Amino acid sequence: MVLSNGGRGQRSQGGSTGFSDASGFVPGTSEGAQEMSLRRATVKEELEREAGMRERALKEGFDPWDMSVDTGEDQTMIINMGPQHPSTHGVLRLMLELDGETVLRTKTVIGYLHTGMEKTAEELTFVQGATNVTRMDYLSPLHNELVFSMATEKLLGIEPPPRATWIRTMLCELNRLSSHSTWMATNGMDLGATSMMIYGFREREMILAFLEKVTGLRMNHNFIRPGGVAADLPDGWEDDVAAICDTFPRRLEEYDELFTGQPIFRERVEGVGVISPEDALDLSATGPLLRGSGVAWDLRRSMPYLAYEELDFDVVAGTYGDCFDRYAVRLAEMRESVKMLRQMTDKMPSGDYRALDKKITPPPRGRIDESMEALIHHFKVFTEGFKVPEGEAYVAVESPRGEIGCYMVSDGSNKPYRCHIRGPSFVNLQALPTMLRGALIADAVAITSSVDPVMGEVDR
Amino acid sequence: MEGELPGAAAAASGPALEPFPLVTGETEIGPEPDPAAFGALLQQSSGQRVLHVPRESYFSLVAALKNAGYEMCADLCAVDYLASPNRRLPEGVSPGRFEVVVNLLSLCRAARIRVRVQVGESDPVVDSIFPLYSGTEAMEREAFDLFGIHFRGHPDLTRILMPEDWEGHPLRKDFGIGRVPVRFKEAPGRR
Repeated sequence: MVLSNGGRGQRSQGGSTGFSDASGFVPGTSEGAQEMSLRRATVKEELEREAGMRERALKEGFDPWDMSVDTGEDQTMIINMGPQHPSTHGVLRLMLELDGETVLRTKTVIGYLHTGMEKTAEELTFVQGATNVTRMDYLSPLHNELVFSMATEKLLGIEPPPRATWIRTMLCELNRLSSHSTWMATNGMDLGATSMMIYGFREREMILAFLEKVTGLRMNHNFIRPGGVAADLPDGWEDDVAAICDTFPRRLEEYDELFTGQPIFRERVEGVGVISPEDALDLSATGPLLRGSGVAWDLRRSMPYLAYEELDFDVVAGTYGDCFDRYAVRLAEMRESVKMLRQMTDKMPSGDYRALDKKITPPPRGRIDESMEALIHHFKVFTEGFKVPEGEAYVAVESPRGEIGCYMVSDGSNKPYRCHIRGPSFVNLQALPTMLRGALIADAVAITSSVDPVMGEVDR
Repeated sequence: MEGELPGAAAAASGPALEPFPLVTGETEIGPEPDPAAFGALLQQSSGQRVLHVPRESYFSLVAALKNAGYEMCADLCAVDYLASPNRRLPEGVSPGRFEVVVNLLSLCRAARIRVRVQVGESDPVVDSIFPLYSGTEAMEREAFDLFGIHFRGHPDLTRILMPEDWEGHPLRKDFGIGRVPVRFKEAPGRR
């Protein structure tokens, strides 16, 4: 195996067998540069990947040194976009090799927001865990909690009662609406439609106000917990949801007019950042990015969880796989979410909002004053937590950004042995080189925005 | 608004895009590969299908699964079993300190399958499946960064989440969590 030296001559060329047993380090690789290096210092596969040519290279035996990147390296330049660039939605750093204004190669450099949440999860009990994971994807916290809770329940072998399931479904769809509104807002901002920033956040605020009413917090709710949800819905929730369902379609019409009917916006997004369905699948892209390319894959429909099987909704897929299709898919998904919310207000069952297993969920507050046993259970759940049988499971749900998965390993104690979160935008960001190849530098903003990365979940 | 705006005319005159065919996943698929041919064991874990495969035939098994309709590698991660040496494994699988866990997804079957590979402590090397699924690039780098597992054939195995000059691999069980001691003292005065 040939290792690139990152243009710095720092890496040893020792191949793949020289291990030092004491530390377990791999000497050939542990100190490599993460930046983009010169073309001559990059291995072939990596060059293909950075040039967004991987699929073509595999299929047609394409030689990357032959590619029309053949502007000599003395005529191109490698520039940094980010990590503080306002259109990178946080701290995403793109390294771009440019020929004039055309992007030849892209490399994403991430990790600026890494806080070791998977390590932290191993130190927290299953009861505390939801508080931790909810901070990963801060635009759709409920989906993080959901996937964590579902993985825990899978290992416990319990099913939450129907009302808990329906409350979860409803909150997740509301969360999808607020997340997509935020995306509309920031995407508009990135493309110069500054007023959209205010409209999108107005709609988001409406949902967050309702979520605050239900969960007590605007963000990072810690509301979906193993065994069910933290509390029942407040009185009069039907009216609030009905108000949201009445307002949103009107507002979506406005967005449609503001974006779809506007030539300046369409010029910026049509035919920009095209990714083929084969490439999207190969790069493990999920969510609106995959559906925008015409792959009608939605976990809510294809591998149903929660109450989605009983709801009537359409899976929206694009045709051309460009930025406009990804915008259109999200806009249509918001309409579908409203459609689902209307059905849920009618179908919401009555009953318990959490599993009645006293070892897993705390007893009602009122019982603690009357029953010694309830007091003990309450104390035990919040101090020691509950023990989860040995095992491992992978659970995935459809978040606004794509498949968010949780691979949970338990060794029989009250803390996860390993809690790995598969972040959808961490994976989706790998599609950037393919979409950016041959685009103009100004389109890089539109394309990055169309992926909808949330750096809190990319870096975890 | 009457008449076309100049922008719209320009958009119409640009190079026309080819529409992609809608992929609904209703395609002809071959049978799943026989695990025994790869020395692998099929097991049910929490109702999910898991394949335990030896390191030597890991790559060829994943390649066979890809050919059998598993179009996407949904997730790849590693686990360090240092603190849990007596874990439950099917008979015939000799435990290693690390485990690489790959979750494959088949769109045409609407099914998942998990592949678990045991990786020893003394030579934590496993074949990279980047040649099969390009989407594993970042996932394998993450597993390398946090566990120190080397993926043979990966084009750019560098740290991805931790800084370049970081020492050690933080998700290993023998890597302690750093704590900044909290001081509950009155703040010192100005003078």
